[in-house]
Amino acid sequence: MATTDIHIHSDVHHHGDHDHEHEHHEGNFWTTYIFSQDHKVIAKQFLITGIFWALIGGVLSVIFRLQLGFPESNISWLKPLLGGWITADGKLDPQFYLALVTMHGTIMVFFVLTAGLSGTFSNFLIPLQIGARDMASGFLNMLSYWFFFISSVLMFISLFISTGPASGGWTVYPPLSALEQAISGSGLGMTLWLVAMAFFIASSLLGSINYISTVINMRTRGMSFTKLPLTIWAFFFTAIIGVLSFPVLFAAALLLIFDRSFGTSFFLSDIYINGEPLAHEGGSPILFQHLFWFLGHPEVYIVLLPALGISSEIIATNSRKPIFGYKAMIGSMLFIAILSFIVWAHHMFVTGMNPFLGSIFMLLTLIIAVPSAVKIFNYVTTLWKGNIRFTPAMLFSIGLVSFFLTGGITGIFLGNSAIDIQLHDTYFVVAHFHLVMGSASFFGMLAGIYHWFPKMFGRMMNEGLGQLHFWLTFIGVYLVFFPMHYIGIAGFPRRYYSWTNFDTFSGFTDLNMLVSSAAIATLAAQFIFLFNFFYSMFRGRLAPINPWNATTLEWTTPRNPGHGNWPGEIPAVYRWPYDYSKPGAKEDFIPQTVPYSETPESNLPHETKLIKLESSNGDNAIIVEGSH
Amino acid sequence: MAIDIKIVEEAKKPIAMHPKKFALWLFIATVVMVFAALTSAYIVRQSNGSWLVFDLPNMFWVNTAIILASSLTMHWAYVSAKQDKIDVTKLAITLTTILGTAFLVGQFFAWGQLVDNQIYLRGKDATAVSGSFLYVISWLHWLHVISGVVVLVVSTTSVFRLKANSKNLLGLEMCATYWHFLDVLWLYLFVFLLLNR
Ligand code: HEM
Ligand SMILES: [Cu+2]
Repeated sequence: MATTDIHIHSDVHHHGDHDHEHEHHEGNFWTTYIFSQDHKVIAKQFLITGIFWALIGGVLSVIFRLQLGFPESNISWLKPLLGGWITADGKLDPQFYLALVTMHGTIMVFFVLTAGLSGTFSNFLIPLQIGARDMASGFLNMLSYWFFFISSVLMFISLFISTGPASGGWTVYPPLSALEQAISGSGLGMTLWLVAMAFFIASSLLGSINYISTVINMRTRGMSFTKLPLTIWAFFFTAIIGVLSFPVLFAAALLLIFDRSFGTSFFLSDIYINGEPLAHEGGSPILFQHLFWFLGHPEVYIVLLPALGISSEIIATNSRKPIFGYKAMIGSMLFIAILSFIVWAHHMFVTGMNPFLGSIFMLLTLIIAVPSAVKIFNYVTTLWKGNIRFTPAMLFSIGLVSFFLTGGITGIFLGNSAIDIQLHDTYFVVAHFHLVMGSASFFGMLAGIYHWFPKMFGRMMNEGLGQLHFWLTFIGVYLVFFPMHYIGIAGFPRRYYSWTNFDTFSGFTDLNMLVSSAAIATLAAQFIFLFNFFYSMFRGRLAPINPWNATTLEWTTPRNPGHGNWPGEIPAVYRWPYDYSKPGAKEDFIPQTVPYSETPESNLPHETKLIKLESSNGDNAIIVEGSH
Repeated sequence: MAIDIKIVEEAKKPIAMHPKKFALWLFIATVVMVFAALTSAYIVRQSNGSWLVFDLPNMFWVNTAIILASSLTMHWAYVSAKQDKIDVTKLAITLTTILGTAFLVGQFFAWGQLVDNQIYLRGKDATAVSGSFLYVISWLHWLHVISGVVVLVVSTTSVFRLKANSKNLLGLEMCATYWHFLDVLWLYLFVFLLLNR
């Protein structure tokens, strides 16, 4: 019997196709691994740098948790690491405590959860999932990583200078951050912070510009916007938010630099030091807060959205069910992205702003709960009655949903301008954002690593170790952050070196001990992951082409995709990415590359209609391939 | 012997623009956001009171005329390149580069006039913030114009090397987009400063 395939080829011209010949073209070590323009290598560079920073950020937090949990203990054994920052009687230097908190926040928010998360997964997945050979501009993409690298080096150096790194909090509010007399970290440390952040902003903007123009312009045939995986939608919105908000941080940093180094007074006024008035007059520190939070609030979504996208993909794949409410997911991300620009003043309720304005921002803030709830609902309904496979990636994604819920609910408390008077700048806020942003995004990142490791390194990670890592981390995170709600409601302020000096504040010593012990255990559990990650990279089981039976395009590439991703033509796309357990289908998943004409058994009526013989465009050739 | 005919539906090519041009527009969006932030900060600070009202230097008017003229010559260069009128293109793009440089120099005279009017980056009292804003905003725009002139020089070289013509217009087109943007940005800043002194 003979089978004849009639393919209708449209003679479209695809940007990537001329790169075709370059595939087998080998570079030397420097161009392949260091100054590579290949999006997969750049993604891995971001990932490794991100993991490095996560370790540093984690260690810093454990050091200041030692102080909070065990204020009486002697920590002179840390002298080899911290040197002069340990006082003669074995205590942590109070100024260095503030430096630790500041650097922990800066590193985690910007270097790990922005560069490490978006940099890794946007770079890795965008070309692979939309069917492109590489990013729109490989060169700018490489530049993006190297700007991040320069930024990292500067920030790292600032950790070791004798006056200490920036110490005014990750939000670097002036006047604290503007005046060297305020705290020693506001000297050279703060200068390095600002220069490092300028490079960081440039890196992030280059990345975002590339992501957006790649998603819009380089999709493969058939990949319409409604067939994009939710990961891509999430990276896309994230990049748009970044393009619109990071420049504002740049403006704020610029004015701060002028105040610090050129004697202007944009943010400074009426300051007395030792009874002497400073020359700075006429500025407004509140102005800085407005500019900062205009970036700052969107930034929290820059951190969260990619994690939400990753978990959407993983939850659908591992529930073997189509994602519930695909369009509602996109719509709610869009709505969140828009709202994120008009709620910034909820960080400033107690700055003395007009209470009427406060209630407007309160209303806008509380509206965010609606799209957030839609997302949670959709995750849960996707899981509902699924054939759930509890892979490590799946567990971490479910953990993300849990944190997003518990942390999001406390946002509703904080969003009320009246309740916020009590809660502002207490440990309640710390609990809120560590659950909803810190832990949720961190889990999204880990889920992504477990899920796409086979594509990144061609090997599988160990599943048992992954599950152990999950349970230890999940329980650890709740043990660390849940008690902080109580501590915060009781009125304990954040960023205080010691509470035991005041009788009113020494009530929760035991709870703080528990939190600190849990933090140490959780950090220790991350070494299971590190071992698993590096061991599997070299010794892991060889990965099958499509280990999770997923539908998206990256799993149609070879085990170790080369430069250009697909050895032959880039596959075309015919269906959305969530055809899991489709009734009537032969298997429980249908890849995006399978045309409806090959699945008559599972097509819905409107899908059958999509199969057409005649193309609308007269130029298209009809090619008949057959054999007898 | 039967023949099975399988019909495979056509996969549509998605809409797309040239990725590089698109990236330029995104870059422009980021620059817009920087200046939007600075000018909103300006308004917010101004509404707090104690604000020295300044007169814009006359040179700002001259420089505005110069940069507007440069946009016209830029467009002229683009149109003539499209029609492959090489000599006209050469003339027009050279003029644009000269006018762009003139703007850069002219701004120095403008700042000199400001100093003559006793508007300084850091003044004596709380009202002087208005001057600080004026300098920072015009300096930052000036830095962007430098980048624009660099792009112009690159484009001019490629025109003289006969590399820009109706078949190969991308570079010149992007150069024109960026240059017009810098012009419009200046117009915005100028009118903004004029209305909110
Ligand atoms: C229902 C949604 C949310 C609401 C209503 C909400 C509300 C708030 C409010 C009012 C504050 C200020 C508290 C204060 O300083 O007194 C706050 C702080 C914060 N929120 Fe949320 N939030 C929500 C979701 C999120 C999400 C999804 C993230 C991150 C992904 C996030 C990250 C943060 C961070 C980082 C801070 C603290 C910043 C700092 O002061 O250092 N929030 N939130
Ligand atoms: Cu916020």
